Amino acid sequence: MMGQESSTLSRDDSFLDAGIIDSTGVLELIVFLEDAFGIQVEDEEMVPSNLDSIANLIPFIRSKQAPAAV
Amino acid sequence: MPGLSPESLKIDCVEATGRITAFIRAAVIERFHKRGVVVGVSGGVDSSVCTALCARALGADRVLALFTPEGESGSETLRLSRLAAASQDVEGVLEDITPILEAAGCYRRRDEAIRAAIPEYGAGWRCKIVLPSVIDDDRYRIFSLVAMSPDGRSVKKRLPPDSYLGVVAASNFKQRTRKMVEYYHADRLNYAVAGTPNRLEYDQGFFVKGGDGLADVKPIAHLYKTQVYALADYLGIPDEIRSRPPTTDTYSLPQGQDEFFFSLPYDKMDLCLYALDHQYPAEETATALGLGPEQIERVYRDIRSKRKAARYLHAAPLLLEE
Repeated sequence: MMGQESSTLSRDDSFLDAGIIDSTGVLELIVFLEDAFGIQVEDEEMVPSNLDSIANLIPFIRSKQAPAAV
Repeated sequence: MPGLSPESLKIDCVEATGRITAFIRAAVIERFHKRGVVVGVSGGVDSSVCTALCARALGADRVLALFTPEGESGSETLRLSRLAAASQDVEGVLEDITPILEAAGCYRRRDEAIRAAIPEYGAGWRCKIVLPSVIDDDRYRIFSLVAMSPDGRSVKKRLPPDSYLGVVAASNFKQRTRKMVEYYHADRLNYAVAGTPNRLEYDQGFFVKGGDGLADVKPIAHLYKTQVYALADYLGIPDEIRSRPPTTDTYSLPQGQDEFFFSLPYDKMDLCLYALDHQYPAEETATALGLGPEQIERVYRDIRSKRKAARYLHAAPLLLEE
């Protein structure tokens, strides 16, 4: 994360487009998600539609935490 | 606007050589009042072309080709570097930088950073950093480390941020040590230092700040790699150097530039950069390159994103009062 004021970020802002994070920041975000939510982010899940905004992150984290369908 | 094709990058080599050699003379002699130029020669086409251009601009006796291999350099690096210098009648000096790198802890620090992710990594192992392809899907380009054990077992692991940054920081000792040695010889001879990036590398930030990014004059930073190859042919760079695929020669496993940094092989990357800068729509670029428009859009995004990251690399030190 690059020291931006969190108050300027809205739910749908793209982290990359807004310059909030860079490619190393994405790596930090993934490690944070794995540690904080006890999930494992697979290579194919490292896409903007899962990780590039708060609005994208919330359903992604929920889907990872949900018990696998039987 | 003319249609996009490899012809878009065609240059008049006679005119280009005249323009660049005049620029080198003006920069080195008139602007900086230096007697000649040091060029770090890697055996690749960019540094070979720079050596040839400097020799034409200033005279071969005012160019020093510096060979700075280290313990993990490719087996052909030194021979091809000597070949490049000899083809232009330029004197070469060998400086094996391995002892400096060992003393600075380059290899030790890098291996410690790797062991945070691959605990068994140790003596006899080799490694490189790789990125997923840009054109295949929307995945972020997250670096992975590929390590090979002495018995040939290959391990690929995504590195945690601290480990990744540690590997890059330690590896950057190589480029920064080379530059330190280049400036030693430049100071000793009252020469300037020539940097050898091509346009792709310069534009996209494929260099180490204070390392290969540091120089007094960068004679081919405006040329696409395709154009550098055209000049190499015109300037008589040996075929063996011209036909060698571009490599980083930084990691101990062989590593192509397009698996580490660029999204496509250089000829396609050149055309994408040209197309983006000349506002060609993705559909037209896709047709010219035989790729899909969505793939070109991904490459365009990757180029813009690297440009953004390169701003820091290009930035001069900030002063409170300009």
